[in-house]
Amino acid sequence: MRAAVVVFPGTNCERDTVRALRALGGEAELVWHKETDLSDFDGVVLPGGFAHGDALRTGAIARLSPAMKAVAGMAGEGRPVLGICNGFQVLCESGLLPGAFIANRDLSFICRYVEVEVADTDSMLTAGLTAGQVLRIPLNSYEGNWVDPSRQGRVVLRYVGDPNGSQDRAAAVANDAGNVVGIMPHPERATESVLGSTDGQRLLGGFLAALDRPTIGHR
Amino acid sequence: MTYLAPEEDAFVRESEIDGPAPAHRLLGMTDQEYRDVCSVLARDPNPAELAMYSVMWSEHCSYKSSRAHLGRSPTEAPWVVVGPGENAGVVDIGDGWLAAIRIESHNHPSFVEPYQGAATGVGGILRDIFTMGARPIALWNQIRFGPLNEPYNRYLLSGVVAGIAGYGNAVGVPTVGGEVAFADRYSGNPLVNVMCLGVLREDQLVLGSAGPEGTVAVLLGAPTGRDGIGGASILASASFDETAATLRPSVQVGDPFTEKKLIEACLELYSKGLVVGVQDLGAAGLSCATSEPAARAGMGIEVDLDRVHTREQGMSAPELLMSESQERMMAFVVPDRVDEVLAVAAHWEIDASVVGAVREGGRLRVYHSGDLVVDVPAASLTEGAPRLERPLGEPQWMEDLWANTLSFVTPPDLGEALIRLLDDPSLGSPAWVYEQYDHMLFLGTLIGPGQDGALIRVEGTDKALAVSTDGNGPVCYLDPRRGAARLVYESALNVAITGARPLAAVDNLNFGNPEKPEVMWQFRETIEGISEACEALGIPVVGGNVSFYNETDGIDIYPTPIIGVLGLAEPIPASPPRHDRAEEAFELWRFGSDWAINLAASAFEESTFGHLGGRPSAPDSTMAKAAIEMAIQLARQSLAAAVHDISDGGLAVATAEIAIASGTGVTIEYTDWRSLFSEDPHRFVAAIAPEHAAQVEALATGIGIPAARIGRFGGNEIVFARGGRKTSVDLELAETTYRQAIPRRLTAAAH
Repeated sequence: MRAAVVVFPGTNCERDTVRALRALGGEAELVWHKETDLSDFDGVVLPGGFAHGDALRTGAIARLSPAMKAVAGMAGEGRPVLGICNGFQVLCESGLLPGAFIANRDLSFICRYVEVEVADTDSMLTAGLTAGQVLRIPLNSYEGNWVDPSRQGRVVLRYVGDPNGSQDRAAAVANDAGNVVGIMPHPERATESVLGSTDGQRLLGGFLAALDRPTIGHR
Repeated sequence: MTYLAPEEDAFVRESEIDGPAPAHRLLGMTDQEYRDVCSVLARDPNPAELAMYSVMWSEHCSYKSSRAHLGRSPTEAPWVVVGPGENAGVVDIGDGWLAAIRIESHNHPSFVEPYQGAATGVGGILRDIFTMGARPIALWNQIRFGPLNEPYNRYLLSGVVAGIAGYGNAVGVPTVGGEVAFADRYSGNPLVNVMCLGVLREDQLVLGSAGPEGTVAVLLGAPTGRDGIGGASILASASFDETAATLRPSVQVGDPFTEKKLIEACLELYSKGLVVGVQDLGAAGLSCATSEPAARAGMGIEVDLDRVHTREQGMSAPELLMSESQERMMAFVVPDRVDEVLAVAAHWEIDASVVGAVREGGRLRVYHSGDLVVDVPAASLTEGAPRLERPLGEPQWMEDLWANTLSFVTPPDLGEALIRLLDDPSLGSPAWVYEQYDHMLFLGTLIGPGQDGALIRVEGTDKALAVSTDGNGPVCYLDPRRGAARLVYESALNVAITGARPLAAVDNLNFGNPEKPEVMWQFRETIEGISEACEALGIPVVGGNVSFYNETDGIDIYPTPIIGVLGLAEPIPASPPRHDRAEEAFELWRFGSDWAINLAASAFEESTFGHLGGRPSAPDSTMAKAAIEMAIQLARQSLAAAVHDISDGGLAVATAEIAIASGTGVTIEYTDWRSLFSEDPHRFVAAIAPEHAAQVEALATGIGIPAARIGRFGGNEIVFARGGRKTSVDLELAETTYRQAIPRRLTAAAH
């Protein structure tokens, strides 16, 4: 069971993501954004960074990258698709998740640990957790303020407090089926106690577990 | 050539008598320098040649005022792989791994345009590191401004921090530490220094040398435009007045996205062994990136400007040669591998052009529209630059400054004094700054910003690199030699606190106008101080940068050397001390002697009385080494939960910072109140669990450092106790004051 970690020009968390997944026993490979065939993989991560330099809008160019067709295909097949930070923005731009991102409420970049609370366990990312459980993970974004006028998004992790103005205090959002999840904080940065927390292991562990399941059933 | 700085340029060329100011003066050259160019060429230079000499012989590029003094610093040690003179210093950290480090200033551009000035400073320092073959793994910045009650200073602080964040975060290199400080002298002349650390395998080291005859010069990265023309000469090498804003076109514009792609492309070129040498295009642009590598190789070079990929049409030869457009690199490639280089560039979606080739004979020849527009000896632009023996003299004000001491009849209210210090934006929490920077990328930040030194692990090894950077303008103003030496010791101690052993130093020398003998004296004294301390510690200076002309309307900044010390921790300490690890009932210890109790240049005198005078204590190399050894052992043996050096604000502030970060109160016993605020060097405090006390005591005795138990953590107040008398400050008040020191000055201003 292998995960593809897509690298767009400007992506910068790809190596951290692969390292964290491998440390958890997962198999993960970097895939350049021009790759059109992801059939060798059982799931995909869109990692953090600044795909295409955030030109125009975060994720606006990345959604046109050749690999995104294959990512949409995997999402439709019910395979796990995880977008972290910039990857979450790309999923929203691609229409794989509802909503969009605007600048943080205080108009400055935020890099610090935040607490998030499990709001919904019906997603591949949160399946192994219990509702109400609190996790400590680093937030690292400028456009981390999620807005969803459609109110279709299913919030699976919620900030404790309100660091950036995100609607419904959303820190992670899932599609209906629960196989596509975007998360704004960085679970790969919270995978060792020397880095300040190991709570990210539980989330990435959920993603890795989902690779083993053929598809995730619709609700 | 070496000559004395002329008192006055009396000579005027015949052709200059009539008409407007001669071109060389508009380009920032003196008449004497123009005459020197004429004698090198045995003719008048044409416009393109004049453009090249004006930027390459500028203070910023040539170090013409400072070179006579820089040779004083120790630069050698068995572990030094590359010393000063290349794009970055490189040291051996064992097992085939090397570390590359470099510091640089972007003061003038940041004053004129804070966002882009700071952003391009980050871009430039990154290129210095990946030019060496290293992957940049961490950034630092040291920024200084005038007081925040002035709107322009708030604009500069916000703009500089946003620029560093905007560039560093997007380019994908964590910013893990630095300094922010405020003083009147930096109003009108802020300081923006940036430092970068990289790591590489020893077989990937690349130097800025052009290689043998026939080597092909490939220009990679962003297209060349008309931005940053004259950045090195008319902007970075001149003083300021009220017309500074008109220099905005001399400031370059940064594009971190292109830089990110350029980093990945270059690292791939190195790993495939496709280049023989690389030079980044920073100050002086193509002029520098052609002449320097050629001169280093003892060769000449031919360049065809028509092949340079440009952003706009119709650029003249001088413009192409002087442009400081960012995110460009010159790679030197053996001819039969050029296609592979172009393929790597294409993969990473960056532009590349073959612009020239290395030639025997030492001539630098540039063609434009089919004409030969430059034909000069390559080395005349680099080693041939002027070297000045500027006059220097001890300032008359030094004696008066030293005599101007405060005497205290009654002790101050200690609680009030502490709160005032915690509210000082130079001493309060820098979180407002560093939380805007990605400081966690690469999963290597074991100790990040807000601590004494940062500790960054090297992936795939059991090694971690520690770096601290320190500056203190007021101390260096009162005594540049003592001040600079103390900074070296302070940085080395901060590195040691993480458990690392100091290996090497870099310095960024920010000074006023070198044409003033007092400024050159400050400069010479500073170099002496740095050199003495580095010699005592056995650490070489592996790189540095000089920024002169930090003067606006005739007012010079404080002499402000910034010292960076790099250390190696191996194995990585299991639990290095952090400010937030003190617990209830832990003991408060002070290490180092409570000796002279000197308050000169202390934050206490400055913030409480607005006073700057007296003479700071001289450092003591024996005590410095003992303190460093003690700190290393405490970290390696996991004997201390929290450690903090005693520097700005003295013991009171150092202890309060631990208490605030740990969320526990503390009682500090003292005998002489001045010892709470003295910033005398080589001292630190630690929070130590009672069960470790005996071991710590034995260790201190063995090392020969004074150690004293001076209090205990616990409760919810910071208590100063002497005999039965106590003064206390509520911990929550202390914390709020500390955390709001910078933000409250910015928010209050918004209303």
